[in-house]
Amino acid sequence: MSQAAAIDTHAHGEGFHDELEPSLTPGNSGKLGMWVFLAGDAMTFGAGIAAYGALRWYNVNWPNPADWLGITLTAIMTFILICSSLTMVEALSGVEHGNMGKMRGFLALTVLGGIVFLGCQAFEWHHLIMGEGLSIKTSLFSATFFILTGFHGMHVSGGVIYLSSVLLGSLGKEASHHQVKVVEVAGLYWHFVDLVWILIFTFVYLI
Amino acid sequence: MAETAAAHAPGAVEHEGPNYIAVFIYLTLLTGAELGVYGLGLPKPVMVGALVALALAKATLVAMYFMHLAIERKGLWVVAATPLVIIAFCYFMLRPDLSRRSWASHPEDMVIGHHEAPETGGMPQVPQGNALSNSDQPAGSQVGQPNPAPAGGESPSGTAASPAPEGGAAQPPANP
Repeated sequence: MSQAAAIDTHAHGEGFHDELEPSLTPGNSGKLGMWVFLAGDAMTFGAGIAAYGALRWYNVNWPNPADWLGITLTAIMTFILICSSLTMVEALSGVEHGNMGKMRGFLALTVLGGIVFLGCQAFEWHHLIMGEGLSIKTSLFSATFFILTGFHGMHVSGGVIYLSSVLLGSLGKEASHHQVKVVEVAGLYWHFVDLVWILIFTFVYLI
Repeated sequence: MAETAAAHAPGAVEHEGPNYIAVFIYLTLLTGAELGVYGLGLPKPVMVGALVALALAKATLVAMYFMHLAIERKGLWVVAATPLVIIAFCYFMLRPDLSRRSWASHPEDMVIGHHEAPETGGMPQVPQGNALSNSDQPAGSQVGQPNPAPAGGESPSGTAASPAPEGGAAQPPANP
């Protein structure tokens, strides 16, 4: 790993120092970019959840979610995403310590967790759409449900593709500072997806 | 709480990692607690408050330790906290607006679920009067309770978009 510092400082502006305004994320400007993106994404999700909450507050006729939605499966999905966050952070730990095998293994497990989550979501949607006849235009309840969970599912799908790209891109490469930065930024996105699901699970399913 | 020696290896990130397994266990326990609270059948306001607190605790754990916010520069916390402020604004700005919608005054006109689910989940009896107009109700209060206050201040659907000052004069201020 000793040549990693040499490889990286030569062109990518990692060595650029602004005496007046040090970076919020020294050494990894991609991290700041990802944080800003996630802040915007959080506003989108937050607006969705806030609107859902405000609409629901003013509708006495809102169906009881427990009558329509399966809590057991969703609890398992929540646990799967939490596990995948753990494997993601272990993958980052692996690459930080120069262990590419550990990184790839845990990254693969993270991708697998995401795929299993999507499978469970698809199963749930199938039941609601085909079995119960709900659709996005059936009612306010179903509309908010499908929009919130669907938007989140889109993020998980994108994350699965993103992490798979990182994984494939790391094949044959040695650990380097660049690899650390790439995995760290990808990890931020994945943890965000998990965090949003924690909130959706609570507000849409449990409350 | 260190993964020690490698933290100083060349090319390694300079921070020490927290104990990720411990955070994972806390997250699992908090999820179990949420399910426990859910299954206990507590009064709604208590249940909602407990679930929201648990969810925020989990979110904080993920943000602080998995996303490493705890060891980042504090300026990054401003980036991370901004959406929370915006979301709070969004919710509290929506409520007075939505409370003046026609279907908030006449919920019996509004079909939410297309199914009449069995008795437990079907349309609850809408009490006389408008239960929804007064947003001074404390959070989590039973929305179905009739409100003796100025539900009468709600105009019929044609003027659902009554401007705020007019509404404010006729009834208690919309914002608690």
